Parts: sequence; structure tokens; C-alpha cells
Amino acid sequence: MLKDITLGQYFPGNSVIHRLDPRTKLIMLVVYIVALFLAVSWVSYGVMLLFLIGSIKISAIPLKSIVRGMKPLVMILVFTGVLNLFFTEGETVLLEFWVITITKEALVRAFFMVIRILMLVCGTFLLTYTTSPISLTDGLESLMGPLKKLHVPVHELSMMMCIALRFIPTLIEETDKIMSAQKARGADFESGSLIDKAKALIPILVPLFISAFRRADELATAMECRCYQGGDGRTKMKLLRYRLWDYETFGVGAALIAVVCVLRSFGL
Amino acid sequence: MEPILQVQNLNYIYSQGTPFEHQALMDVSFSVRRGEFLGIIGHTGSGKSTLMQQLNGLLKPTSGKILLDGKDIWSDKKLTRQARFRVGLVFQYPEYQLFEETVYRDIAFGPRNMGLKEDEIDRRVRDAARAVGLTDAQLQVSPFDLSGGQKRRVAIAGVIAMEPEVLILDEPTAGLDPAGRAEILGYIEHYRKTHNAAILMVSHSMDDVARLTERLLVMNGSKLAMDGTPAEVFARSDELLEMGLNIPEVTRVFLDLKKMGLDVEPVYTIGQAVEALKKLKGGAAVC
Repeated sequence: MLKDITLGQYFPGNSVIHRLDPRTKLIMLVVYIVALFLAVSWVSYGVMLLFLIGSIKISAIPLKSIVRGMKPLVMILVFTGVLNLFFTEGETVLLEFWVITITKEALVRAFFMVIRILMLVCGTFLLTYTTSPISLTDGLESLMGPLKKLHVPVHELSMMMCIALRFIPTLIEETDKIMSAQKARGADFESGSLIDKAKALIPILVPLFISAFRRADELATAMECRCYQGGDGRTKMKLLRYRLWDYETFGVGAALIAVVCVLRSFGL
Repeated sequence: MEPILQVQNLNYIYSQGTPFEHQALMDVSFSVRRGEFLGIIGHTGSGKSTLMQQLNGLLKPTSGKILLDGKDIWSDKKLTRQARFRVGLVFQYPEYQLFEETVYRDIAFGPRNMGLKEDEIDRRVRDAARAVGLTDAQLQVSPFDLSGGQKRRVAIAGVIAMEPEVLILDEPTAGLDPAGRAEILGYIEHYRKTHNAAILMVSHSMDDVARLTERLLVMNGSKLAMDGTPAEVFARSDELLEMGLNIPEVTRVFLDLKKMGLDVEPVYTIGQAVEALKKLKGGAAVC
């Protein structure tokens, strides 16, 4: 069922990570990604993994739901792994037949690539699992604030993102309903050729688009009725404020980068 | 007479094996005869919608059986597909599922999926359109140019065109004005009579179900709480009110009259109320 999509779902909770300022979490994600790309050896990957596992433990997000969110990635992971395995040049040949040669270097590289993608996605999941979409967009808006000087419509962008995130579950539900209704009239989405399958989508897409436009229209009217006119002079109900644990987290982030850099300079 | 639809010990669990697990149906059993008008009432979340989607094979029961003409609809793929056509399901606000360029083609969607011949499709589309009061001229316009009430009729015609033996409707009159409600209910009743079809109608209007149906199913907390004639069901007004359900307005008035000491039998339709009052008045005149 479509409802089982967990991508980017928010898990309400009350851990330290849940309570961190969204800006801290966004910055920490960037720090984490940079550190991940700086890491080159088993040791530094080990450090990163420890950091990730520690964060997951603190966030109290069940490992099962993180693993479930990874499922759609399997194809990408396999693809990356296979590409790196076959097309990396190396010296120590492990296996050779026909046009395919697998070297030790390639094996190591493929392994690291897969691990890196896994850890990247895990880190991002940790952000979306522990941060509600609203505070996430709040954080983004605040972080991108300086861009306003360059006439970038920061508030509008974050409002659009917020609305888009808000309507994903609604649209999924709507799709489910329309699919059931058309199935009740004998629509068949499973069998037939590729063209048949594409044609079978029309009875879903047309009503879906119409209802999306209708919803957008209603939302715009509702916003105007409440005199919404954009970001200027708008105050917030929840003010973002850094607290002690945010500064502590920044400290941890700096330490992480430092450790990885030091390890890198030692060639580890 | 063999019942057209039999539901046996139906259980259904949503998202089994996840933290979101939820049992929507618990040991539900009942049967439906041909030509019967059945009302389904129940609170939001009592399992009505889930039950309806079980009956035409949209959802597969976790356990239990659904027999259509004595045959389990899940025993064979062909039977499951047939169940979709023989048991027509009109969802709530069905006008949001319209998609074709013309009303004609939208109504023809169901019959076309059945693999019928062109002339048979044409006959069914025209019959169905007439059955819900659409004119021939309206068949050629875009469904999106019609009013809300007319769209609703097109959507209902789209299911009726499959000429199902059991027609299930989820609140077919929700959001319509009183005249529109009466018309839609009239078309449904007419379809039942002309096709000897069984009708299952989910409704929140107790007055409607009291007036139209011969039998009522009451869903409460995933279970089938009551199954009987409107008289039997509304006789248990206290239990209904406890479930957070309403009773017909006249029933409420008459219950109050009885409390005030008037000697009246419980009624549940306007017609019965009139009769009861006449009797009362006649009796008083004799005194």
C-alpha cells in the first residue's frame, strides 16, 4: 500500500535530538556530510559510524524504521556497488574471467561507496525523523535569512516547501482513494503491456490533478482570508533560540571534523 | 432463497505486523438477500468503510469468507474480478473520481472494463444515465462543466452502468441539498426495484434509513453490534445513543411524549407518527 512509504516521516519523540534547534540539526547534517567525505580509511569510517550509531541511540528512533526507510535505496546501492566493483582500476587481481576483472582496490572502493551512501541517507533520515516539517522549514528559512539581502524570496520558498511537505500525506491518501474507486469500476493497474499500464494511470492522474488544483485554490483563498501577505513584518509563534545543548552539539561537530582531519593527515 | 451475498466471520487488520496495526473488523457475519434494501449505520471509524471495501474484493480479509452466490470471491482470481462488477461500490463523494472528456465516456468506463460489446455498452450507458435523470444532451458535455449534484449522478451512473446485483453506496447524499438528496434516494430505490438488486447504503441520516431500508446493520467498535429491522434497531434507542449514534427525530419526539405520560407506541418514520397521532386523537375524541 502507498501508506507504507516512510520516506522523511516525522517520529514524534522527546529525546535531546528532538529538542535541538532545527538549525543546529541542519548545520550538524552538513558537518556530518563533510566529515563523511573527508573520511578515507577504516579507522575514520569507524569513527563516523560510532557517531551515527550514538546519535541514533540518543534519538531513540527504532532501528527497524530506519532500515525500512532504506528499502527503496537497494537498487541504487546495488548499482553503485556493481559499477565501482567492475570499473575501478587496481593492481591486486582477485578474480578474472572474460572481460571482467575484479581487483582488491575495486572491492574496497565499492564497499566504501555503498557504506558512504548508506551513512549519508541514515544521517538525513535522522534529521527528518526527529524534526517536524514545520520546524525544519523554520530552520531553513532562518539559515537562509542572509540571502534576503540578495533579493532571494526566502520566506516564500520556505512557505512553499512547508505546504508541499504538508500535502504529501494528503495526496497519498487521495491517490489511494481514487485508485480504489477506479478499481471498483474494474480498472486494472497490474496486468497488460507497459503502454496499457501507462494508459491505466489516466483515470488516477486526471482526478488527482483536479483535486490538487482545487485544494491549492482553497488553500490560497483561506490564506488570503486571514490576510496572509508574505514574510515582511510577520512574527513567529515559536521563536528559534539556541540553548546550551545546541552549543554542546556544535562542539561535538567541531570535534568530529577535527578527528577525521587529523586521521586523514596521518593517512588513516 | 439463497442469499446473494454472505459474509462469514470476517476479520480485517490494517498494517499487520507494524506499530500501526489496527483491527478494523472483528468477527463480522451477515447475509444479504436479492432485492433487499439494507442500511449500515455506525460511528466514524467503526469499520463501515473497511467492510464495504471487503464486499467487492478491494481489500482481502485477514480471515473469514465472503461468498457471492455461494462462491468464495477469493478462491479464484476470475471470481475476484467478477465480484468487482457484480458488487458495485459507490464511494463517498464519488464525483471526485470523474476523469473522462464526456459524461458518456465516463459512464462507459465500467462497462468497457467488463469487456462488453460496443452496442451493449451504449445501451447500458443510456439506461444508467436515464436511471439517474441525466438527459441525452448532458451525455456529450464534459463532466467538469456540470454542477456538484449532477456530477454525483454521473458518478453513480458510472457504477449502475455495470448493472451490479449488489449496489453499495457510502453516504450517497452527503453534501447535497434536501431536493437533491430526495432525488438521489429515489433513483437508488428505483434501481433496486427494476433490477431486483440488493442495496447497501451507509448513511448518517437516521431519518433516511428509517424510511427506506428494510434492515439495518449497526457497526460499533469494529464489530457488528445490531442486525435487524429498523423497528427492532430503533427500539434499542438507549444503546444507539450510548454508541454516539442518533435516532430519527420522530422517534426522539415520541420517546419524550411517552416520558410525559402519553400512551404512544415507538415510531421511526413520519408516516407511522401520523398514524399514531391519528389513533391517539381518535381515542381522545371517544373519551
